[in-house]
Amino acid sequence: MTTGIRFDGVTVAYGGTTVLESFGLTVEPGEVMALLGPSGSGKTTALRAVAGFVRPTAGRVFIGDRDVTALPPHRRGIGMVVQQYALFPHMKAGANVAFGLKAHKVPRGEIAARVAEALEMTGMSAYAGRYPRELSGGQQQRVAIARALAIRPGVLLLDEPLSALDARLRSGMLTELARLHRELPDVSMLYVTHDQVEALTLADRIAVMDGGRLQDCGTPQDLYRRPGSAFTASFIGSANLLPVTVTDGGVRLGGTRLDVPAGGAAAGASATLCVRPHLVGLGAGPNALRGTVTEVQWRGATHRLGVDIAGHRVTAELRELRETPPLGTEVTVHFAAHDAVLLPAGADGGEARG
Amino acid sequence: MLVHSPRARRAVQAAFFALFLPVFALPFLVIVTASLATGWSGAFPSGATLDHYRAVARGDALDALVTSVLTALAASAAALVTGTWAALAARGTRARRVVGVLFVLPVAVPSVVVGLALLVAFSEPPFLLNGTPAIVVLAHAILVTAFAYQSVAAALDRLDPACEQAAASLGASPLRVLVQVRLPLLLPSLSAAAGLCFALSMGELSATMMLYPPDWLPLPVKVFAATDRGALFPGAALAVVLMVTTLLALTAVSRIRTRAAYR
Repeated sequence: MTTGIRFDGVTVAYGGTTVLESFGLTVEPGEVMALLGPSGSGKTTALRAVAGFVRPTAGRVFIGDRDVTALPPHRRGIGMVVQQYALFPHMKAGANVAFGLKAHKVPRGEIAARVAEALEMTGMSAYAGRYPRELSGGQQQRVAIARALAIRPGVLLLDEPLSALDARLRSGMLTELARLHRELPDVSMLYVTHDQVEALTLADRIAVMDGGRLQDCGTPQDLYRRPGSAFTASFIGSANLLPVTVTDGGVRLGGTRLDVPAGGAAAGASATLCVRPHLVGLGAGPNALRGTVTEVQWRGATHRLGVDIAGHRVTAELRELRETPPLGTEVTVHFAAHDAVLLPAGADGGEARG
Repeated sequence: MLVHSPRARRAVQAAFFALFLPVFALPFLVIVTASLATGWSGAFPSGATLDHYRAVARGDALDALVTSVLTALAASAAALVTGTWAALAARGTRARRVVGVLFVLPVAVPSVVVGLALLVAFSEPPFLLNGTPAIVVLAHAILVTAFAYQSVAAALDRLDPACEQAAASLGASPLRVLVQVRLPLLLPSLSAAAGLCFALSMGELSATMMLYPPDWLPLPVKVFAATDRGALFPGAALAVVLMVTTLLALTAVSRIRTRAAYR
């Protein structure tokens, strides 16, 4: 079984538009890599380049050690699951799962057992005799996953597999996918999504994409706690991004000096300060900032406060407050030095997203 | 729905039948009546008889019917294969419209022109088909392929590529994808096209008149010959036999279609 995926400077262009630009990424054997990005970021194109449905204009795609760039899709030995399920409507669930096995010339006697095994794995054994139109969306997606896994691929490609399901089903399916990953430790998965929760929950590593380029790549924890760019910070979780100037041993936001490790940044350079809303506290403390309350949102377990600090909006996600400060009053917020990350400048600072 | 109240709906339906039933149904009713009549005086037939049908059963009309059915089957099959092949080949290319126009061309000219063209083209060796049943089948196929092509091309445009791509990713070769996924998904439009081609071929007269060899005489030619020599009532009986046969074939085809669409 060949497993693992490697993109080597893959560029894809349609007509004059480049949708993927010198994309380089390695998915290790047995790893779940999420391609996370907004629509139009090139993530689906990257996945389709692995499947063989788009031909790169430059660069190479490897599955395991095999260069598959010029191979037609049916010789690549991949499993694929797409958003709209794409089950064969004229075949029952069992026949759908058996399709790939027949195409792979699996001995006839073995097929029934492998179909049963795959359906069992996704909890769909009872539905083998149903046509796709007789199944709900979640059940259809389970059959589609069973169909992709039945051929025992080394690489499983998932293209927004949960986007067509409603929220409750989605979280259930996420758990299922995580379980499948534990049961199939050798299978590399490339998981395309625009949903950060799916990426954070499932992925061993996340590749953040924007504008046809790879922006950042790392473990979910790294990207969340130490984002490498303002785009990553705002796309994975929400973030307060503040334009600051580096000083000796700290930074300055407008006139306020903040105690934040500046790392290697030279004094006088401009930078972007990133603080997660749930790490911002109300009241006095280290790195205190004074501002006016512009928005109060009650979200059940939490209150979300919008605070205007010298023209910059800071969002604080606080545990439910007994009494909320009225709009327009002055409040003090603070954050711990080790909860802040200093990003290189060039970001559109000041806006909190998410 | 355009009209809501049940009474208004009944009124609209009644108006529809009053306006269009005479146009579509009356001619066929007259033919059926004439096939059972001894004579016709004024607006109504004068007497009832089954003699015309007995004559059909005794004469060579059944041979002509078999000839017609065989011709229609062969022509529809040829048209379906050609039309589907062309539609698959031209899918997503610029040639798509050009191919469509080429196939419609024979329908757009009088079919005697098609007959004449075939006579001229296939009367000399090595392309000597003149005087064989094949030239009749060929003419019918040429005349009905447009409908097969249009139907399949339109269905291909609506076909979601996701299924074919899923099949390919599962390791299915292009041939397997075609036979096991694409064609089954096209089955409803293929069977619709088959019915239309069959019906058109069963009724074809003008090109057939120019081409049929003595030993391959389709039923419409016999109907025409009978009415031409003034034997209107026996001719009507032949026409009814033709109609019923076509109707049975179309019913069978639409059964297939319902089953295919239900999946």
